Amino acid sequence: MPESIPLQAFLSSPADASRRTGPHDRIVLTSRVRLARNLKSFAFPGWAKKAERLQVLDLIRQAVASLPPLQDGFAESMDVLSPLDKQILVERHLISREHAARNAGSGWLLSRDEVLSVMINEEDHLRMQVLLPGLQIRQAWETINQFDSSLEKLLDYAFSPEIGYLTACPTNVGTGIRVSAMLHLPGLVLAEHINQIIQAVNKLSFAVRGFYGEGTEALGNIFQVSNQMTLGEAEIEIVERLIKVLAQVIESEENARALLLEKQPAVVCNQIGRAYGILAHAHIIASKETMNQLSLLRLGLDLGMFPGLDRSLVDELFLVTQPGHLQQRCSEKLPADERDQRRADLLRERLSAVSRPVMPPRRSSSGPSLDKSASV
Amino acid sequence: MLCDACHKNEATVHLTQIVDNQMKTVDLCEPCSKAKGVDDPAGFSLAGILLGLSGATAPEPAAAQAELQCSHCGFTLADLKKSGRLGCSRCYTVFSEPLHSLLKSMHKGVRHTGKVPHQTPQSTNLKDQIQKLQTELDEAVRAEQYEHAAALRDQIKQLRQQLNPASHA
Repeated sequence: MPESIPLQAFLSSPADASRRTGPHDRIVLTSRVRLARNLKSFAFPGWAKKAERLQVLDLIRQAVASLPPLQDGFAESMDVLSPLDKQILVERHLISREHAARNAGSGWLLSRDEVLSVMINEEDHLRMQVLLPGLQIRQAWETINQFDSSLEKLLDYAFSPEIGYLTACPTNVGTGIRVSAMLHLPGLVLAEHINQIIQAVNKLSFAVRGFYGEGTEALGNIFQVSNQMTLGEAEIEIVERLIKVLAQVIESEENARALLLEKQPAVVCNQIGRAYGILAHAHIIASKETMNQLSLLRLGLDLGMFPGLDRSLVDELFLVTQPGHLQQRCSEKLPADERDQRRADLLRERLSAVSRPVMPPRRSSSGPSLDKSASV
Repeated sequence: MLCDACHKNEATVHLTQIVDNQMKTVDLCEPCSKAKGVDDPAGFSLAGILLGLSGATAPEPAAAQAELQCSHCGFTLADLKKSGRLGCSRCYTVFSEPLHSLLKSMHKGVRHTGKVPHQTPQSTNLKDQIQKLQTELDEAVRAEQYEHAAALRDQIKQLRQQLNPASHA
């Protein structure tokens, strides 16, 4: 595997990363499946001594890097990655915030296509994930399952026939699976139906979280839906159940958008017009406000109000206006108030060629309606 | 409403989790919620609180359980209550009793029905498992839970089959 390549040379540009498309990506930004695994004879990372963690890191890193998806991938120890590198990876959802805080004794690997990544010695010895654009939960599960089956031939997993894969936290024991989708739900938020939807999804034992997972805010009307239970239900059952739930959430969001446009077109256009005005003309803007306004811009795009605008530009702006990406772009560490100015400069520049929003065409504007039987 | 942890102060923090379509709530006062790390999403575990609560209502067994320690990694039941996490994979056997009710409250079931690694587990582990299942089977028969007993019998049969080719090899 290529050693000593800096992360920033390996990672795709924000523009390229934003051009990836997938089914239903108007609403489903990404699909993810992650598996937690541990090695039989070693203490879990949170309890192991440093020497033991280093040994585990070495063992797993060698096994993982020998498998095809990661042979030409990126691999690094967490103490070698800079704080800025780590922040960028968090913003790309390639590592958790917890993993970003780790140093020597923990590691991270990423496949060339940036679909498969592995965290070593996060909460568990091994956390592997497949992240795909749009609604591709089933594909994500199949890919990670295959990878896991190859890996189990090389590593001695801690497994009990009774309670399955053994994890540091009992909330992950059993399948060790976390299936999740990142959803953009501005329609449900504007229509004030989002709490009902969250409650309904919770009732089906799925969790709804904010943009960066556990304990975070739903910035930019982006919500993460994931399973909570990992024991007593097979992986494929969890996968299929989430797909069903997501189909309903997608349909509710489409309906909310159509209804808003039909009943309150002035309110919707006002919000989107204001978002455009702020993003294209502000001179100081914080990242939180940026995300919330970009969310409305993306909604306007979906409703046909920005005929010349490409969705990948909006998604790129979501990414490059995050604190880490912004600092990387300016190639220096900036204080927050300086960042807010640079962010505004960047937005004005990138949106200068985007024409003012037009009133949405009635009805057909919400695009093709979701066919519930469609393959997802 | 009094705090579920100290039973002294007024509870101001209310935690809700939905498990098996059932709402479970824990009410805590501010000092206790801080002590349990509720204001710190990364460190907080409802598991620890639930475990701690079961100890509070039954102080006697809790005192006995507090002595429990994993001989492999040195993790104690107190560590489990504090962190909501375990020290190593063998802790699951050592703390199986307190964990059982916890797993029951947080998951759909207490038995793994998903993927199984193809690699044959080591024969010593298998023998342990067979022994454990046999005990469970005897109990099930005594309790006249014949359906459960039949499932256990099949599992034992399966494990014995796994064990035999391993011993010939």
